[in-house]
Amino acid sequence: MKNKSLISINDFNREEHIRILDLAEAFERQPTQQILDEYVVASLFFEPSTRTRLSFESAASRLGARLIGFSEPASTSLQKGESLRDTIRTISNYSDIIIMRHPREGSARFASEVADIPIINAGDGANQHPTQTLLDLYSIRKTQGKLDNLDIVFVGDLKYGRTVHSLVMAFCNYNTTFHLVSPEVLKLPSSVKIHIKDKKLTYHQYTDLNAVIPQADVIYMTRIQRERFSDPLDYEKVKNSYVLHNQMLEDAKPNLRILHPLPRVNEIAIDVDTNPMAYYFTQALNGVFIRQALLASILGVVE
Amino acid sequence: MAKKEIRKELKVSAIENGTVIDHVPSKSVYQVIRILNLLDYDNLLLIGINLDSQKMGKKGIIKVRNKFFKPAEINKIALVAPTATLIVIRDFDVAEKKQVSVPDKVEEIVKCFNPNCITNNEEMPTFFRVINKKEEDLKLRCRYCEKITAKDTMEFF
Repeated sequence: MKNKSLISINDFNREEHIRILDLAEAFERQPTQQILDEYVVASLFFEPSTRTRLSFESAASRLGARLIGFSEPASTSLQKGESLRDTIRTISNYSDIIIMRHPREGSARFASEVADIPIINAGDGANQHPTQTLLDLYSIRKTQGKLDNLDIVFVGDLKYGRTVHSLVMAFCNYNTTFHLVSPEVLKLPSSVKIHIKDKKLTYHQYTDLNAVIPQADVIYMTRIQRERFSDPLDYEKVKNSYVLHNQMLEDAKPNLRILHPLPRVNEIAIDVDTNPMAYYFTQALNGVFIRQALLASILGVVE
Repeated sequence: MAKKEIRKELKVSAIENGTVIDHVPSKSVYQVIRILNLLDYDNLLLIGINLDSQKMGKKGIIKVRNKFFKPAEINKIALVAPTATLIVIRDFDVAEKKQVSVPDKVEEIVKCFNPNCITNNEEMPTFFRVINKKEEDLKLRCRYCEKITAKDTMEFF
Protein backbone atom coordinates (compact mmCIF):
# COMPACT_ATOMS: atom_id res chain seq x y z
CA MET A 1 0.00 0.00 0.00
CA LYS A 2 3.09 2.20 -0.03
CA ASN A 3 2.39 5.60 -1.62
CA LYS A 4 -1.17 4.62 -2.42
CA SER A 5 -3.85 7.26 -1.81
CA LEU A 6 -7.01 6.27 0.06
CA ILE A 7 -9.87 8.26 -1.41
CA SER A 8 -12.76 5.82 -1.64
CA ILE A 9 -13.30 2.60 0.27
CA ASN A 10 -13.15 0.73 -3.05
CA ASP A 11 -9.58 1.93 -3.68
CA PHE A 12 -8.41 -0.84 -1.34
CA ASN A 13 -9.46 -4.40 -2.07
CA ARG A 14 -10.60 -6.95 0.48
CA GLU A 15 -7.06 -8.18 1.18
CA GLU A 16 -5.85 -4.62 1.74
CA HIS A 17 -8.76 -3.91 4.11
CA ILE A 18 -7.83 -7.00 6.13
CA ARG A 19 -4.16 -5.99 6.15
CA ILE A 20 -5.08 -2.56 7.60
CA LEU A 21 -7.30 -4.16 10.24
CA ASP A 22 -4.49 -6.54 11.25
CA LEU A 23 -2.04 -3.65 11.49
CA ALA A 24 -4.53 -1.65 13.56
CA GLU A 25 -4.70 -4.59 15.97
CA ALA A 26 -0.94 -4.39 16.41
CA PHE A 27 -1.14 -0.65 17.10
CA GLU A 28 -3.90 -1.25 19.62
CA ARG A 29 -1.51 -3.52 21.54
CA GLN A 30 1.28 -0.94 21.33
CA PRO A 31 -0.08 2.51 20.38
CA THR A 32 3.06 4.58 20.96
CA GLN A 33 5.97 3.88 18.60
CA GLN A 34 8.49 6.33 17.18
CA ILE A 35 8.32 5.03 13.62
CA LEU A 36 7.27 8.22 11.76
CA ASP A 37 9.73 10.65 13.36
CA GLU A 38 11.28 11.44 9.98
CA TYR A 39 7.96 12.31 8.37
CA VAL A 40 5.87 15.46 8.03
CA VAL A 41 2.11 14.90 7.91
CA ALA A 42 -0.09 17.69 6.52
CA SER A 43 -3.55 17.85 8.03
CA LEU A 44 -5.75 20.07 5.85
CA PHE A 45 -9.26 20.66 7.14
CA PHE A 46 -11.06 22.87 4.64
CA GLU A 47 -14.11 22.43 6.83
CA PRO A 48 -14.04 21.90 10.59
CA SER A 49 -14.32 18.40 12.05
CA THR A 50 -12.96 18.14 15.54
CA ARG A 51 -13.42 14.42 16.02
CA THR A 52 -11.83 13.20 12.80
CA ARG A 53 -9.03 15.76 12.89
CA LEU A 54 -8.02 15.03 16.47
CA SER A 55 -8.18 11.30 15.85
CA PHE A 56 -5.79 11.65 12.87
CA GLU A 57 -3.50 14.04 14.71
CA SER A 58 -3.44 11.76 17.73
CA ALA A 59 -2.54 8.82 15.47
CA ALA A 60 0.28 10.78 13.80
CA SER A 61 1.60 12.13 17.11
CA ARG A 62 1.69 8.71 18.76
CA LEU A 63 3.92 7.54 15.92
CA GLY A 64 6.26 10.51 16.28
CA ALA A 65 5.37 12.36 13.06
CA ARG A 66 5.57 16.15 12.76
CA LEU A 67 2.22 17.80 11.87
CA ILE A 68 1.52 20.88 9.78
CA GLY A 69 -1.81 22.19 8.52
CA PHE A 70 -4.96 24.05 9.40
CA SER A 71 -8.23 23.20 11.09
CA GLU A 72 -10.47 25.61 9.22
CA PRO A 73 -9.91 27.44 5.94
CA ALA A 74 -10.48 31.01 7.21
CA SER A 75 -6.77 31.54 7.83
CA THR A 76 -5.55 30.19 4.48
CA SER A 77 -5.02 31.53 0.98
CA LEU A 78 -8.30 29.90 -0.05
CA GLN A 79 -9.87 33.04 1.33
CA LYS A 80 -7.89 34.88 -1.32
CA GLY A 81 -9.45 32.69 -4.01
CA GLU A 82 -6.62 30.20 -4.51
CA SER A 83 -7.65 27.08 -6.40
CA LEU A 84 -7.57 23.69 -4.68
CA ARG A 85 -5.11 22.58 -7.36
CA ASP A 86 -2.56 25.24 -6.34
CA THR A 87 -3.07 24.73 -2.60
CA ILE A 88 -2.46 20.99 -2.89
CA ARG A 89 0.53 21.34 -5.22
CA THR A 90 2.18 23.78 -2.83
CA ILE A 91 1.55 21.80 0.33
CA SER A 92 2.70 18.58 -1.30
CA ASN A 93 6.15 20.22 -1.45
CA TYR A 94 6.13 20.66 2.32
CA SER A 95 5.00 17.22 3.50
CA ASP A 96 5.13 13.46 2.92
CA ILE A 97 1.41 12.71 3.10
CA ILE A 98 -1.76 14.81 3.12
CA ILE A 99 -4.84 14.14 5.22
CA MET A 100 -7.66 16.27 3.91
CA ARG A 101 -11.29 17.06 4.56
CA HIS A 102 -13.10 19.28 2.10
CA PRO A 103 -16.77 20.24 1.63
CA ARG A 104 -16.81 19.49 -2.13
CA GLU A 105 -17.50 15.96 -3.30
CA GLY A 106 -14.64 14.54 -5.36
CA SER A 107 -12.10 17.05 -4.00
CA ALA A 108 -9.92 14.32 -2.51
CA ARG A 109 -9.78 12.35 -5.79
CA PHE A 110 -8.83 15.53 -7.61
CA ALA A 111 -6.16 16.30 -4.99
CA SER A 112 -4.67 12.82 -5.46
CA GLU A 113 -4.30 13.58 -9.18
CA VAL A 114 -2.45 16.87 -8.70
CA ALA A 115 -0.29 15.91 -5.70
CA ASP A 116 2.81 13.76 -6.06
CA ILE A 117 2.44 12.47 -2.50
CA PRO A 118 -0.35 10.21 -1.19
CA ILE A 119 -3.66 11.64 0.04
CA ILE A 120 -5.90 10.22 2.75
CA ASN A 121 -9.48 11.36 2.36
CA ALA A 122 -10.90 12.42 5.73
CA GLY A 123 -14.28 13.22 4.17
CA ASP A 124 -15.23 14.91 0.90
CA GLY A 125 -18.67 16.47 1.27
CA ALA A 126 -21.38 13.82 1.29
CA ASN A 127 -19.27 11.42 -0.76
CA GLN A 128 -16.68 9.27 1.01
CA HIS A 129 -15.12 8.92 4.44
CA PRO A 130 -13.09 5.73 4.06
CA THR A 131 -11.23 5.87 7.38
CA GLN A 132 -14.60 5.88 9.17
CA THR A 133 -15.52 2.79 7.15
CA LEU A 134 -12.29 1.03 8.07
CA LEU A 135 -12.79 1.77 11.75
CA ASP A 136 -16.34 0.44 11.45
CA LEU A 137 -15.01 -2.75 9.82
CA TYR A 138 -12.41 -3.00 12.61
CA SER A 139 -15.06 -2.55 15.30
CA ILE A 140 -17.32 -5.18 13.74
CA ARG A 141 -14.54 -7.73 13.26
CA LYS A 142 -13.38 -7.15 16.82
CA THR A 143 -16.84 -7.64 18.32
CA GLN A 144 -18.13 -10.39 16.03
CA GLY A 145 -14.85 -12.22 15.41
CA LYS A 146 -15.53 -12.20 11.65
CA LEU A 147 -16.74 -10.06 8.77
CA ASP A 148 -18.47 -12.73 6.71
CA ASN A 149 -22.10 -13.88 6.95
CA LEU A 150 -23.38 -11.15 9.25
CA ASP A 151 -26.87 -9.64 9.43
CA ILE A 152 -26.28 -5.91 9.57
CA VAL A 153 -29.10 -3.47 10.27
CA PHE A 154 -28.67 0.10 9.07
CA VAL A 155 -31.03 2.59 10.69
CA GLY A 156 -31.97 6.20 10.06
CA ASP A 157 -30.91 8.47 7.24
CA LEU A 158 -29.78 5.98 4.62
CA LYS A 159 -30.20 8.44 1.78
CA TYR A 160 -27.67 11.10 2.72
CA GLY A 161 -25.52 9.30 5.30
CA ARG A 162 -22.16 8.78 3.64
CA THR A 163 -20.88 6.51 6.40
CA VAL A 164 -23.75 4.17 5.59
CA HIS A 165 -23.02 4.25 1.85
CA SER A 166 -19.33 3.44 2.32
CA LEU A 167 -19.97 0.72 4.89
CA VAL A 168 -22.61 -0.94 2.70
CA MET A 169 -20.13 -0.92 -0.19
CA ALA A 170 -17.39 -2.41 1.98
CA PHE A 171 -19.68 -5.17 3.29
CA CYS A 172 -20.59 -6.13 -0.27
CA ASN A 173 -17.26 -8.05 -0.14
CA TYR A 174 -18.40 -10.22 2.79
CA ASN A 175 -21.57 -12.17 1.99
CA THR A 176 -23.63 -9.85 4.16
CA THR A 177 -27.40 -9.71 4.59
CA PHE A 178 -28.42 -6.06 4.66
CA HIS A 179 -31.44 -4.83 6.64
CA LEU A 180 -32.25 -1.25 5.74
CA VAL A 181 -34.54 0.62 8.15
CA SER A 182 -35.52 4.16 7.20
CA PRO A 183 -38.43 6.48 6.51
CA GLU A 184 -39.70 6.24 2.91
CA VAL A 185 -38.05 9.54 1.95
CA LEU A 186 -34.63 8.52 3.31
CA LYS A 187 -34.19 5.10 1.69
CA LEU A 188 -30.80 3.93 0.47
CA PRO A 189 -30.18 5.42 -3.01
CA SER A 190 -30.13 3.13 -6.03
CA SER A 191 -26.54 4.17 -6.78
CA VAL A 192 -25.54 2.27 -3.61
CA LYS A 193 -28.01 -0.60 -4.03
CA ILE A 194 -26.37 -1.30 -7.39
CA HIS A 195 -23.30 -2.54 -5.48
CA ILE A 196 -25.43 -4.99 -3.42
CA LYS A 197 -27.15 -6.26 -6.56
CA ASP A 198 -23.85 -6.60 -8.42
CA LYS A 199 -22.64 -9.03 -5.75
CA LYS A 200 -26.01 -10.84 -5.75
CA LEU A 201 -26.44 -10.23 -2.01
CA THR A 202 -29.75 -9.88 -0.19
CA TYR A 203 -31.23 -6.72 1.22
CA HIS A 204 -34.52 -6.06 2.98
CA GLN A 205 -36.12 -2.65 3.45
CA TYR A 206 -38.26 -1.75 6.45
CA THR A 207 -39.86 1.32 7.91
CA ASP A 208 -40.19 -0.27 11.38
CA LEU A 209 -37.11 -0.91 13.49
CA ASN A 210 -38.55 -3.26 16.15
CA ALA A 211 -39.26 -6.24 13.93
CA VAL A 212 -35.71 -6.63 12.69
CA ILE A 213 -33.80 -6.40 16.00
CA PRO A 214 -33.94 -10.14 16.91
CA GLN A 215 -32.05 -11.10 13.68
CA ALA A 216 -29.33 -8.47 13.98
CA ASP A 217 -25.63 -9.09 14.60
CA VAL A 218 -24.88 -5.39 14.24
CA ILE A 219 -27.16 -2.35 14.42
CA TYR A 220 -25.62 0.69 12.78
CA MET A 221 -27.56 3.74 13.95
CA THR A 222 -27.47 7.14 12.25
CA ARG A 223 -29.03 10.48 12.96
CA ILE A 224 -32.10 11.73 11.12
CA GLN A 225 -31.75 15.43 10.48
CA ARG A 226 -34.75 17.72 10.47
CA GLU A 227 -33.39 19.67 7.50
CA ARG A 228 -33.67 16.59 5.26
CA PHE A 229 -37.46 16.93 5.24
CA SER A 230 -39.15 19.48 3.01
CA ASP A 231 -42.30 19.19 5.10
CA PRO A 232 -41.66 19.60 8.85
CA LEU A 233 -44.78 17.51 9.54
CA ASP A 234 -43.12 14.52 7.86
CA TYR A 235 -40.21 14.89 10.24
CA GLU A 236 -42.49 15.03 13.27
CA LYS A 237 -44.16 11.81 12.11
CA VAL A 238 -40.96 9.79 11.90
CA LYS A 239 -38.56 11.37 14.37
CA ASN A 240 -39.38 9.06 17.26
CA SER A 241 -39.76 5.85 15.29
CA TYR A 242 -36.00 5.45 14.96
CA VAL A 243 -34.97 5.95 18.56
CA LEU A 244 -33.36 2.91 20.16
CA HIS A 245 -34.33 2.22 23.78
CA ASN A 246 -32.91 -0.40 26.09
CA GLN A 247 -36.19 -2.32 26.36
CA MET A 248 -36.21 -2.85 22.59
CA LEU A 249 -33.07 -4.98 22.98
CA GLU A 250 -34.66 -7.65 25.19
CA ASP A 251 -35.00 -10.17 22.35
CA ALA A 252 -31.67 -9.34 20.73
CA LYS A 253 -29.02 -11.97 20.01
CA PRO A 254 -26.30 -11.96 22.70
CA ASN A 255 -23.61 -11.07 20.14
CA LEU A 256 -25.46 -7.96 18.97
CA ARG A 257 -23.42 -4.75 19.09
CA ILE A 258 -24.74 -1.24 18.50
CA LEU A 259 -22.59 1.12 16.48
CA HIS A 260 -22.99 4.80 15.67
CA PRO A 261 -20.56 7.09 13.81
CA LEU A 262 -21.30 9.85 16.38
CA PRO A 263 -22.21 12.55 17.22
CA ARG A 264 -25.47 11.20 18.56
CA VAL A 265 -28.44 13.44 19.25
CA ASN A 266 -31.38 11.44 20.57
CA GLU A 267 -31.52 8.38 18.30
CA ILE A 268 -29.97 6.17 20.97
CA ALA A 269 -31.51 6.69 24.41
CA ILE A 270 -29.03 7.24 27.25
CA ASP A 271 -30.29 4.06 28.95
CA VAL A 272 -28.64 2.01 26.19
CA ASP A 273 -25.18 3.36 27.10
CA THR A 274 -24.78 0.98 30.05
CA ASN A 275 -25.96 -2.05 28.06
CA PRO A 276 -22.93 -4.22 27.16
CA MET A 277 -24.25 -4.22 23.59
CA ALA A 278 -23.49 -0.50 23.27
CA TYR A 279 -20.20 -0.14 21.42
CA TYR A 280 -20.22 3.38 19.95
CA PHE A 281 -17.71 4.97 22.30
CA THR A 282 -15.14 2.19 21.89
CA GLN A 283 -15.79 2.40 18.14
CA ALA A 284 -14.54 6.01 18.17
CA LEU A 285 -11.35 4.98 19.98
CA ASN A 286 -10.67 2.34 17.33
CA GLY A 287 -10.35 5.19 14.83
CA VAL A 288 -6.92 6.10 16.21
CA PHE A 289 -5.52 2.60 15.61
CA ILE A 290 -6.93 2.44 12.09
CA ARG A 291 -5.40 5.82 11.24
CA GLN A 292 -2.06 4.74 12.69
CA ALA A 293 -2.19 1.65 10.48
CA LEU A 294 -2.98 3.75 7.40
CA LEU A 295 -0.24 6.32 8.00
CA ALA A 296 2.37 3.66 8.67
CA SER A 297 1.51 1.46 5.70
CA ILE A 298 1.04 4.27 3.16
CA LEU A 299 4.31 5.90 4.23
CA GLY A 300 5.89 2.48 3.83
CA VAL A 301 7.37 2.04 7.31
CA VAL A 302 5.49 -1.23 7.82
CA GLU A 303 4.90 -3.89 5.21
CA MET B 1 -36.99 13.87 -64.14
CA ALA B 2 -37.70 10.18 -64.26
CA LYS B 3 -34.54 9.62 -62.28
CA LYS B 4 -35.89 11.73 -59.44
CA GLU B 5 -38.67 9.24 -58.84
CA ILE B 6 -36.20 6.42 -58.35
CA ARG B 7 -33.50 8.26 -56.49
CA LYS B 8 -34.40 11.07 -54.16
CA GLU B 9 -32.82 14.41 -54.83
CA LEU B 10 -29.93 15.16 -52.48
CA LYS B 11 -31.02 17.98 -50.22
CA VAL B 12 -27.49 18.37 -48.94
CA SER B 13 -24.77 18.19 -51.60
CA ALA B 14 -22.40 15.29 -51.80
CA ILE B 15 -18.77 15.59 -50.72
CA GLU B 16 -15.83 14.08 -52.53
CA ASN B 17 -13.88 13.04 -49.44
CA GLY B 18 -14.74 13.23 -45.78
CA THR B 19 -17.33 12.05 -43.29
CA VAL B 20 -21.09 12.01 -43.34
CA ILE B 21 -22.90 11.70 -40.04
CA ASP B 22 -26.38 10.54 -40.92
CA HIS B 23 -29.53 9.77 -38.91
CA VAL B 24 -28.80 12.37 -36.27
CA PRO B 25 -31.95 13.41 -34.38
CA SER B 26 -32.64 16.92 -35.69
CA LYS B 27 -32.66 18.41 -32.21
CA SER B 28 -29.17 16.99 -31.54
CA VAL B 29 -27.42 18.36 -34.62
CA TYR B 30 -26.13 21.44 -32.86
CA GLN B 31 -24.84 19.39 -29.90
CA VAL B 32 -23.08 16.96 -32.25
CA ILE B 33 -21.34 19.87 -33.93
CA ARG B 34 -20.22 21.21 -30.57
CA ILE B 35 -19.07 17.83 -29.25
CA LEU B 36 -16.98 17.27 -32.39
CA ASN B 37 -15.55 20.77 -32.17
CA LEU B 38 -16.78 21.62 -35.65
CA LEU B 39 -17.78 25.19 -34.83
CA ASP B 40 -14.26 26.31 -35.71
CA TYR B 41 -13.81 23.89 -38.61
CA ASP B 42 -12.09 25.69 -41.46
CA ASN B 43 -13.26 23.49 -44.35
CA LEU B 44 -16.67 22.81 -45.87
CA LEU B 45 -19.35 21.81 -43.34
CA LEU B 46 -22.86 21.01 -44.62
CA ILE B 47 -25.76 20.70 -42.25
CA GLY B 48 -29.29 19.46 -42.91
CA ILE B 49 -32.07 19.53 -40.35
CA ASN B 50 -35.58 18.03 -40.55
CA LEU B 51 -34.90 16.01 -43.69
CA ASP B 52 -37.43 13.29 -44.45
CA SER B 53 -36.30 9.89 -43.26
CA GLN B 54 -37.95 6.49 -43.65
CA LYS B 55 -36.37 5.26 -40.43
CA MET B 56 -36.83 8.30 -38.24
CA GLY B 57 -39.54 10.48 -39.78
CA LYS B 58 -37.30 13.54 -39.59
CA LYS B 59 -33.54 13.46 -39.32
CA GLY B 60 -30.47 15.61 -39.31
CA ILE B 61 -27.33 15.11 -41.39
CA ILE B 62 -23.84 16.58 -41.12
CA LYS B 63 -21.24 16.38 -43.91
CA VAL B 64 -17.67 17.32 -43.14
CA ARG B 65 -15.31 17.65 -46.10
CA ASN B 66 -11.80 16.23 -45.71
CA LYS B 67 -12.34 15.19 -42.11
CA PHE B 68 -11.92 11.63 -40.81
CA PHE B 69 -12.72 10.96 -37.16
CA LYS B 70 -11.04 8.56 -34.76
CA PRO B 71 -13.50 6.04 -33.22
CA ALA B 72 -13.02 7.47 -29.70
CA GLU B 73 -13.81 10.93 -31.01
CA ILE B 74 -16.91 9.99 -32.98
CA ASN B 75 -18.36 7.68 -30.31
CA LYS B 76 -18.76 10.67 -27.99
CA ILE B 77 -21.77 11.71 -30.04
CA ALA B 78 -23.58 8.47 -29.19
CA LEU B 79 -24.65 10.17 -25.94
CA VAL B 80 -26.81 12.68 -27.84
CA ALA B 81 -27.30 10.88 -31.15
CA PRO B 82 -27.43 7.13 -30.49
CA THR B 83 -29.07 6.54 -33.87
CA ALA B 84 -26.26 8.20 -35.83
CA THR B 85 -24.58 6.40 -38.72
CA LEU B 86 -21.03 7.26 -39.65
CA ILE B 87 -20.22 7.12 -43.36
CA VAL B 88 -16.68 7.59 -44.61
CA ILE B 89 -16.60 8.98 -48.17
CA ARG B 90 -13.69 8.60 -50.59
CA ASP B 91 -14.01 9.74 -54.22
CA PHE B 92 -17.78 10.26 -53.78
CA ASP B 93 -18.15 6.59 -52.76
CA VAL B 94 -19.01 5.01 -49.43
CA ALA B 95 -15.75 3.56 -48.13
CA GLU B 96 -17.06 2.60 -44.70
CA LYS B 97 -20.35 2.71 -42.84
CA LYS B 98 -21.03 2.01 -39.21
CA GLN B 99 -23.24 2.81 -36.23
CA VAL B 100 -21.87 4.92 -33.41
CA SER B 101 -21.64 3.16 -30.06
CA VAL B 102 -21.64 4.53 -26.52
CA PRO B 103 -18.04 4.58 -25.20
CA ASP B 104 -16.86 3.10 -21.87
CA LYS B 105 -15.69 6.45 -20.58
CA VAL B 106 -16.73 10.02 -21.25
CA GLU B 107 -14.33 12.90 -20.84
CA GLU B 108 -14.93 16.63 -20.80
CA ILE B 109 -18.19 16.89 -22.76
CA VAL B 110 -20.71 16.10 -20.00
CA LYS B 111 -21.29 18.22 -16.90
CA CYS B 112 -21.70 16.41 -13.56
CA PHE B 113 -25.26 16.97 -12.36
CA ASN B 114 -24.11 17.31 -8.74
CA PRO B 115 -23.68 21.04 -7.98
CA ASN B 116 -21.39 20.20 -5.05
CA CYS B 117 -19.04 18.11 -7.20
CA ILE B 118 -15.50 19.50 -7.37
CA THR B 119 -15.71 19.49 -11.20
CA ASN B 120 -18.37 22.21 -10.96
CA ASN B 121 -16.26 24.30 -8.61
CA GLU B 122 -12.72 24.08 -9.91
CA GLU B 123 -11.25 24.60 -13.36
CA MET B 124 -10.83 20.99 -14.45
CA PRO B 125 -12.22 18.49 -16.97
CA THR B 126 -14.96 16.01 -16.04
CA PHE B 127 -14.53 12.25 -16.32
CA PHE B 128 -17.21 9.56 -16.20
CA ARG B 129 -17.42 5.78 -16.47
CA VAL B 130 -20.44 4.64 -18.44
CA ILE B 131 -22.23 2.16 -16.17
CA ASN B 132 -25.33 1.69 -18.32
CA LYS B 133 -25.11 2.02 -22.08
CA LYS B 134 -28.77 1.39 -22.86
CA GLU B 135 -30.11 4.40 -24.68
CA GLU B 136 -33.21 4.90 -22.55
CA ASP B 137 -31.36 4.27 -19.28
CA LEU B 138 -27.95 5.82 -19.94
CA LYS B 139 -25.96 6.25 -16.72
CA LEU B 140 -22.56 7.83 -16.11
CA ARG B 141 -20.65 7.62 -12.83
CA CYS B 142 -18.50 10.64 -12.01
CA ARG B 143 -14.89 9.73 -11.27
CA TYR B 144 -14.78 12.46 -8.63
CA CYS B 145 -18.01 12.70 -6.63
CA GLU B 146 -19.03 9.12 -7.62
CA LYS B 147 -22.62 10.26 -8.22
CA ILE B 148 -24.57 8.99 -11.19
CA THR B 149 -25.58 11.40 -13.91
CA ALA B 150 -28.51 9.84 -15.76
CA LYS B 151 -29.96 10.67 -19.14
CA ASP B 152 -32.63 13.00 -17.74
CA THR B 153 -30.08 15.08 -15.79
CA MET B 154 -27.40 15.13 -18.47
CA GLU B 155 -26.09 18.51 -19.56
CA PHE B 156 -23.34 19.16 -22.06
CA PHE B 157 -20.68 21.82 -21.94
